[in-house]
Amino acid sequence: MGSVVEVKGLSKKYRLGVREKKEETLVSAAWNSLLAPVRNFRRIRDLSALSSNEDSIFWALRDVSFSVEKGEVLGIIGHNGAGKSTLLKILSQITDPSEGEVLLRGRVASLLEVGTGFHPELTGRENVYMNGTILGMRRREIDSKFAEIVDFSGVEKHIDTPVKFYSSGMKVRLGFAVAAHLDPEILIVDEVLAVGDIGFQRKCIGKMGEVSGSGKTILFVSHQMAAIQSLCSRALLLHHGRVSIDDTVSSTVRAYLAGFEPEDSGFLHTGVSRKGTGLVRIESFELFDGYGAPVSVAATGASVELRFSLSSEQAVELDNLDIGFSIHSTEEDSLVTILYSSYVGQTFILDGDRITVKCRIESLPIPEGRYLVKAQVMRNGEVLDFPERGVGYLDMVSGDFYGTGVHVRKLTRARPSFLLSGSWTTVQ
Amino acid sequence: MFQEVKITPRRGWVQINFKELFRYKDLLWFLTLRGIKAKYAQSVLGVGWAVIQPLFSTLVYTVVFGNLARIDSNGVPYFLFSLVALVPWTFFSNTLTDSASSLITNANLVTKVYFPRLVLPLSSVFSKGVDFIIGFVLLMGMLLVYGIVPSTTVILLPWLILILLMTSLGTGMILSALAVQYRDIKYALTFLVQLLMYAAPVVYPTTNVPQEFRMAYSLNPMVGVIEGFRSVFLGTISFPYEWMWTGTAVSAGLFVFGLFFFKRMERVFSDVA
Repeated sequence: MGSVVEVKGLSKKYRLGVREKKEETLVSAAWNSLLAPVRNFRRIRDLSALSSNEDSIFWALRDVSFSVEKGEVLGIIGHNGAGKSTLLKILSQITDPSEGEVLLRGRVASLLEVGTGFHPELTGRENVYMNGTILGMRRREIDSKFAEIVDFSGVEKHIDTPVKFYSSGMKVRLGFAVAAHLDPEILIVDEVLAVGDIGFQRKCIGKMGEVSGSGKTILFVSHQMAAIQSLCSRALLLHHGRVSIDDTVSSTVRAYLAGFEPEDSGFLHTGVSRKGTGLVRIESFELFDGYGAPVSVAATGASVELRFSLSSEQAVELDNLDIGFSIHSTEEDSLVTILYSSYVGQTFILDGDRITVKCRIESLPIPEGRYLVKAQVMRNGEVLDFPERGVGYLDMVSGDFYGTGVHVRKLTRARPSFLLSGSWTTVQ
Repeated sequence: MFQEVKITPRRGWVQINFKELFRYKDLLWFLTLRGIKAKYAQSVLGVGWAVIQPLFSTLVYTVVFGNLARIDSNGVPYFLFSLVALVPWTFFSNTLTDSASSLITNANLVTKVYFPRLVLPLSSVFSKGVDFIIGFVLLMGMLLVYGIVPSTTVILLPWLILILLMTSLGTGMILSALAVQYRDIKYALTFLVQLLMYAAPVVYPTTNVPQEFRMAYSLNPMVGVIEGFRSVFLGTISFPYEWMWTGTAVSAGLFVFGLFFFKRMERVFSDVA
């Protein structure tokens, strides 16, 4: 049998909001507000009618083609805004493509959200039926699987309680339990595994593996590379709405991780404001992985090296150089951590015009996100160089910090600024 | 079950896939049920509200229009005169407001799952059906109290209800499709429904409308429905066949147009919702 999913030249365009021009006089502003309904009408009408004005058009997907064989598990990865969700929405028939076509051979179930259609006032039982029928099941089908669904969800005791009294975890479990029993031939899943507690996540991944083992075709979008790698055989990398790589899962994931383009934000260009005597200057900051290869992102829990190049125009030997860096959250502008070489009993000697030093960290306990790295060189209590804007960004992606396959990404709602790992045991 | 789906860009007017709609009948059922249950959940009177709403409106109209303004009620007690009209009218107006917002309130479904979108306005109409039945029972009770026996034209009741349903569904579909994109509909509707009530013979009899305007007036399918109800249950006038035929034609037109208009707009729902 041929491919189960065939996508040919798929494109989707959206209209971007065009900024309104500002009026400068009171009269024209008043006139303008009188005309506002007319303008609003045009604008709202154009939400659906795509004008030929190319400036205001955004291609969420551009000429995407691929096919999926029966029983294959295809991972779809890409940065935010790469078109993953749009692709899934078209495949799930939620939105129409602008060009191209898709052929789906088999019963499709798409899970873009867990517990779609749950109504807080209805009981768990009623919501199972509600959610199930929304996902395309028939009542008889749900009847026959009901016990199994409730059992899988683990909320038996509360099945006749209105869902509004459920904890968010219970809702998710019930929602996934329904979805897990859809029994489709093609399953489209968007990031739904990233919810619920660890035990339940395991159960979900197990269930997905079971589904794929039974010859079902799965299309799976996730930001969790570990989940993608454990479930998928092949992966697509979307980039700006186009398929940039369609290869085995390991090579696509590698390309994805490498593809975080290093951003030269001019942190260390000449002319940036610096403090210090200037006896030594920080020339560059680079991130390397645990194997000594330059990278632009690091995964939480991975080993990394932060390398700093220093230069001096003085022809004298400078000893006792103390180099330190600090990591700041870009969201809250707060200090996450700081480490000087002297803290761990190390100073450097610059003999000549240039030296590169590195700081190796074995398991980086920093969660996903973008951080600002600042660095400073000190000597005998005197600041030699401190680029005030910092030296570069540290981009973290979610990784297997605990070595258990569990990602931190959505375990907690609060965002920890750094992570701990420890051993948990019973006290004898 | 082997099933092949082809997804391509849709343009212009499209066909309606009744087979698919039928396949989702269970969803329609549960959405209807959800509409009913969720509406009366955590309210003391529960379904009692379905009695209170038409009853109190009737009482107010009886005092204001019947006793104070002394509007002619074709010789029957004004209370019954307006209650008979309010039972179908309340259904129509509630359906209108509810189905118009059905796509917006269910935007989370529309943007997350595929299903024939038609089930949303359909289910809002059906869940209002319960209120209609309750109102109808109330009406029967009142007729009993007043000792009024419906005329033999009561067998034409299904015809009246058919027009009522087609009008409600048709307008509901048109408004819901428009309301996704133009939220003005939602705001306009609250007072539009009130205005519409005066464009239908709810608080006054059609006999008060000048003869030369009656033809145009009866283009409103609710005219035939309301006067039909009055004729059947109160015998105020003889059965208004003429208005009924106009009403049937207009409501069928509304229904068919609504159906196709809805399908035509459907493809942009998830993009603009």
